[in-house]
Amino acid sequence: MSVHRVVTGSRNGLTDWLAQRVTAAIMAVYTVIVLIVLLGGPPISYAVWKDLFTQGWMRVATLLFAASLCWHMWVGVRNILMDYAKPEGLRLALQVMTLLTIAAYLGWTLHILWR
Amino acid sequence: MKLSIYRYNPEKDARPYMQDYEVQLEHSDRMLLDALIKAKAQDDSLSFRRSCREGVCGSDAMNINGKNGLPCITKLADLPQHVTLRPLPGQPVVRDLIVDMTQFFKQYHSIQPYVVNHEAPPERERLQSPAQREELNGLYECILCACCSTACPSFWWNPDKFVGPAGLLQAYRFIADSRDQDTAARLDNLEDPYRLFRCHSIMNCVDVCPKGLNPTRAIGKIKDLLVKRSV
Ligand code: SF4
Ligand code: SF4
Ligand code: FES
Repeated sequence: MSVHRVVTGSRNGLTDWLAQRVTAAIMAVYTVIVLIVLLGGPPISYAVWKDLFTQGWMRVATLLFAASLCWHMWVGVRNILMDYAKPEGLRLALQVMTLLTIAAYLGWTLHILWR
Repeated sequence: MKLSIYRYNPEKDARPYMQDYEVQLEHSDRMLLDALIKAKAQDDSLSFRRSCREGVCGSDAMNINGKNGLPCITKLADLPQHVTLRPLPGQPVVRDLIVDMTQFFKQYHSIQPYVVNHEAPPERERLQSPAQREELNGLYECILCACCSTACPSFWWNPDKFVGPAGLLQAYRFIADSRDQDTAARLDNLEDPYRLFRCHSIMNCVDVCPKGLNPTRAIGKIKDLLVKRSV
């Protein structure tokens, strides 16, 4: 059976699968770090919160987390679309919408972090 | 015992319907297949496949009270008094409990289900050590009944592009075979987003396999090999 190339936004199943696992690990590590910082530090007030996010490492870690989340989301949503959205035109349209939404969220995150 | 059986003859029926059969079991009736054969004695238009009647040919796979299995090795004692039988899900029905297995076998053949070895064959046979032979346990026993693939949602959605658990178990069976030299090509063949990676580890396949095999584990091992060779 020849392998017919279908429009999926994906060329290699292994890369996606690996990416999903690596990004999940990054998100897990970030969650643990944030929990430690929040539970171990002084009670949360606006000042404490603001101070936390003015620190460079926290900004970078949060950005890494957000990027992981976005990539993870992209692979997951695309998987759903590959399974359920059969007409290629419809799938392509939905995928483009997904990508634009994710890009917007990422941009927004950047804006919040470095404002 | 009461059997409710899915009936559909595309030449006569506008749409499928369920028909009930009341069968008198005798002491010698042990398996669900015995009851089915009794039902067919009442009504010879009822169609289903069976051959070995002992779980080795894989021809009588069907959906028994919602779960795929082989009536020939399903004990009557383990079943309730009312049993509903339907054809394997997601496949085109040829008639009653008989489905068209073309797609399933196409996927099976797509993984090259035979040993590929480019060396000249030895005088007698290609030998394996006991340890190498051990590797094939849990893989070679598959009887290609299709219980697993037709219980797999990923196979329902993409039967033309996703190999399915049965085919992937066999793919690994030949990857794991010490006599086979085609591992690289076999892995290439499974690397695209559909052929293997539509598997989301739902494990319906493991749940239904009447031979107790574990396609999900085989799929995991193929993934491991794909990862190993790319890093
Ligand atoms: S793995 Fe099990 S369920 Fe699947 S085809 Fe083989 S014997 Fe049947
Ligand atoms: S584990 Fe994979 S192959 Fe098995 S039923 Fe789930 S999706 Fe299908
Ligand atoms: S009749 Fe052969 S497996 Fe059931």
